[in-house]
Amino acid sequence: MAKPNEVSDATWQDSVLDADKPVLVDFWAPWCGPCRMVAPIVEELADEYDGKVEFRKLNTDDNPNTAIKYGIRSIPTLLVFKGGEPVGSIIGFRPKSDLKKRLDAALE
Amino acid sequence: MEEYEIVIIGAGPAGLAAGLYAARGRRRTLLIEKHITGGQIALTSAIENYPGIGEINGFDLGQAMQQQAERAGMETVYTAVTEIVPADDGFILRTEEGDYAAKAVIVTAGAAYNHLNVPGEERLTGFGVSYCGTCDAAFFKDQEVAVVGGGDAALDEGLFVARYASKVTVIHRRDTLRASAILQERAFANPSMTFRWNTVVTSIDGESQVESLRLQDLETKEESDFPVGGVFIFIGQTPSTAFLEGLLDLDEAGHILVNEWMETSKPGIFAAGDIRSNSARQVVSAAGDGATAAIRADHYITDHYS
Repeated sequence: MAKPNEVSDATWQDSVLDADKPVLVDFWAPWCGPCRMVAPIVEELADEYDGKVEFRKLNTDDNPNTAIKYGIRSIPTLLVFKGGEPVGSIIGFRPKSDLKKRLDAALE
Repeated sequence: MEEYEIVIIGAGPAGLAAGLYAARGRRRTLLIEKHITGGQIALTSAIENYPGIGEINGFDLGQAMQQQAERAGMETVYTAVTEIVPADDGFILRTEEGDYAAKAVIVTAGAAYNHLNVPGEERLTGFGVSYCGTCDAAFFKDQEVAVVGGGDAALDEGLFVARYASKVTVIHRRDTLRASAILQERAFANPSMTFRWNTVVTSIDGESQVESLRLQDLETKEESDFPVGGVFIFIGQTPSTAFLEGLLDLDEAGHILVNEWMETSKPGIFAAGDIRSNSARQVVSAAGDGATAAIRADHYITDHYS
């Protein structure tokens, strides 16, 4: 089962920017209710897109630099990266069907 | 089409309490939620006024309520109800994921946050405009921010934001607050919080994020620019009754009219929580409403279908 791995300011370059597959990063924090609501959905997506998309989670409390770098002002925010560049963003909690649509659109 | 005895629309405290009681009444019960379990409390950092529970995170309370109801047998599905259609044997609920049949329906769809409806608000939502202090406060660490509103939500969330922001300016269109006394005391005592009275926001400005607010003093009519890094908007809520399309009698503000047993103008349909007329708009009153509605719905099914 594919579970989204935690990524940090330190491992960001390696894990996300240099990845050869597209990466979806879930920006979250422990005190954020909607983040906890979207987490199991992101895990389901990680399973469904296993092999096609990498899934990562970044705790914005512990890793403020990356959050600031991408202008994250609201969480949960899901950013989709291709070739080191953000190609799609989903701000706020969305139901699974909505997330899938937006992820598919970003992957095109 | 799946058939249930009681279908509940909206998984806030009212719906969750209704689900618990309906399931314990051994009725086949379905709870339909279009967004987040807990509804408004999913975004509340601290609930201190739920009797018996000293302090609890709102999201956690919502989860606990849901787990309790699901252990009793309630099912949950995540989709949006688009229509309630009266049928021979009860009602059909149309959703984005299919139809559900019910003998009784409990509407607990709550209310949605009001927007200011000023230029820049929509464009900058998520980029400095927020409706949730607990969600976004941490991103405004050491910045100066504004809170718009004068009720419990504005002060409660404003105090939360004040833990991070260097300065919180509460902008209110009147010169007195509606918030409860204890919150007012705390707000006035907080060194990071200041108040701008008799003032409204006429636009939210900034290129890619919030940079300033255009304010108007309602007494002098003077306009000014107020630099801030973010603005939190807490100006009340609108009941989510649009999807009913005239099916039930509503009051002037759009809340569903009910009697003491949460019965609406249509037999077999009940309403509870913030969506119903004259609600006290508290978690505990919503839960009380939900339980009442479920008990009544249970009796209704016995009377009507035996």
